[in-house]
Amino acid sequence: MKETLIEKLLFFSALVSILAIILIIIFICSQGIPLVARVGIKNFLFSTTWDPANGQFGIATMLVGSLLVTIGALIWGVPLGMALSIFLAEIASPRVAGIMTSMVELLAGIPSVVYGFFGLAVIVPFIREYIGGPGFSALAGAIILGIMILPTIVNIACDAIKAVPREYTEGSLALGATRWQTISRIVLPAARSGIIAAIVLGMGRAIGETMAVVMVTGNVTRIPGSIVEPVRTMTSNVVLEMGYASGDHQLALFATGMVLFIFIVILNLVVTASLKAGE
Amino acid sequence: MNSAAIMVRGLNVFYQQYQALHHIDIDIESNKVTALIGPSGCGKSTFLRSLNRLNELIEGTRTEGQVVIDGVDIYAEDTDVVKLRKQVGIVFQKPSAFPMSIYDNVAYGPRIHGVNKRMVLDEIVEKSLKQANLWEEVKDRLHASALRLSGGQQQRLVIARVLSVNPAIILMDEPASALDPISASKLEDLIAELKTTYTIVIVTHNMQQAARVSDATAFFLNGHLIEYQPTEKLFVHPRDKRTEDYITGRFG
Ligand SMILES: Nc1ncnc2c1ncn2[C@@H]1O[C@H](COP(=O)(O)OP(=O)(O)OP(=O)(O)O)[C@@H](O)[C@H]1O
Ligand SMILES: [Mg+2]
Repeated sequence: MKETLIEKLLFFSALVSILAIILIIIFICSQGIPLVARVGIKNFLFSTTWDPANGQFGIATMLVGSLLVTIGALIWGVPLGMALSIFLAEIASPRVAGIMTSMVELLAGIPSVVYGFFGLAVIVPFIREYIGGPGFSALAGAIILGIMILPTIVNIACDAIKAVPREYTEGSLALGATRWQTISRIVLPAARSGIIAAIVLGMGRAIGETMAVVMVTGNVTRIPGSIVEPVRTMTSNVVLEMGYASGDHQLALFATGMVLFIFIVILNLVVTASLKAGE
Repeated sequence: MNSAAIMVRGLNVFYQQYQALHHIDIDIESNKVTALIGPSGCGKSTFLRSLNRLNELIEGTRTEGQVVIDGVDIYAEDTDVVKLRKQVGIVFQKPSAFPMSIYDNVAYGPRIHGVNKRMVLDEIVEKSLKQANLWEEVKDRLHASALRLSGGQQQRLVIARVLSVNPAIILMDEPASALDPISASKLEDLIAELKTTYTIVIVTHNMQQAARVSDATAFFLNGHLIEYQPTEKLFVHPRDKRTEDYITGRFG
């Protein structure tokens, strides 16, 4: 009697959360799809003119902005995150690993506006001073995001590396392999699917991040000539204009969100597929 | 006893504060099979792993005393651990092929030691698999994943992997305990063949197996070496009361 009640309650909560997700999807699509249909999907995705006042809704500059910032973040965040994961899982003594792991977890707990503020106060002036351009740039966004995705990457990759059976590591070392040979030839390949998942989830985190990015990238809707020039990401576009947009303009922002959503879904599918392949 | 492949003197091993082995003295003869028996937790694995310095991979272990292999103390400061482990291979209880092809499993050892020529590797792989009595079963699917092999086949693959780097000594920690009787008996046959070329030290919980495969047997209890004798003697006329109790099944 009590059992069935609990079961029903659990089922009900699961149902509510699924329903909420479905409702959000339906809502975004119902707003976004008509506009995309009207503007034309090619025009919407590939036109570089974003001029809502004159009914021009092309998000190409923001697609480029999002990709640039995200890829930039991965270029330095992934190697750093992997190095940290390998160090924590394989090399550091339990004590050091414990301290460093909690520090990485702390990184995950810092609100993104604080990252943005740090970027604004330190990274933007640094780029302006020593590299060039206005400082507000794709590069600044990539640097901040690279730090922000570290906890995601390290948590998952570290677990994946730790899950590699001890027999593999010992078997390799017992053949006379060095520590590094064992890590690079046995441990990392064996943890491959988890590592891919870590990277893709980090990528999802980067592409979806908003606040910190708005604060440091300059938000100009132009295709940048170099990484030290300003860019606007899809997320920034939504958050910057949602406050005053109406009519088609508002719909276009929903459509931007929809594109973002599709990106994230694709990334998640990649994760699921890679985890399956690893089994 | 001048044919000792391994000479152990005053070996103490500690896990943090806990002393797992107490002053072990033993000479293990070359080209013989030496069995280590004793109740669970008596230190057999610890002893075995001290012979190629695997214990030091566990945080907080400490080793005292001497283990002399090939005339050198393997715990001396200047010992080349890589070379030692090449010389002293080990097979664990759980059959664990690496998650790669059969070929790559066997070629792994030679590759990390710098052999890259395809022809040489092919030769080593074939020779090692033949020595491990696995060649006939896998020669048509060398590039299939090793994880698809049965437990017994994986165990022989691991042995081939060990043989590929040309060791002098092979340590085996309960290699047959996860195998079905047929696979286990194949493994025993293999051990009998290998001892003509290699010195073998095997841990087993199975008294019949110890009696069948080994030339000498050492009985461990609570971290002490209680008795070490030629196998027939130990099983037929044990010197120590505790050995007798153990082999007749009165405890452990
Ligand atoms: N990593 C470790 N940390 C602390 N104590 C350990 C560790 N490994 C083994 N020991 C202890 O050392 C003693 C000897 O262990 P060992 O594994 O050598 O026994 P064994 O004879 O191989 O037992 P079994 O037959 O169950 O495999 C045991 O009391 C065990 O609890
Ligand atoms: Mg054991």
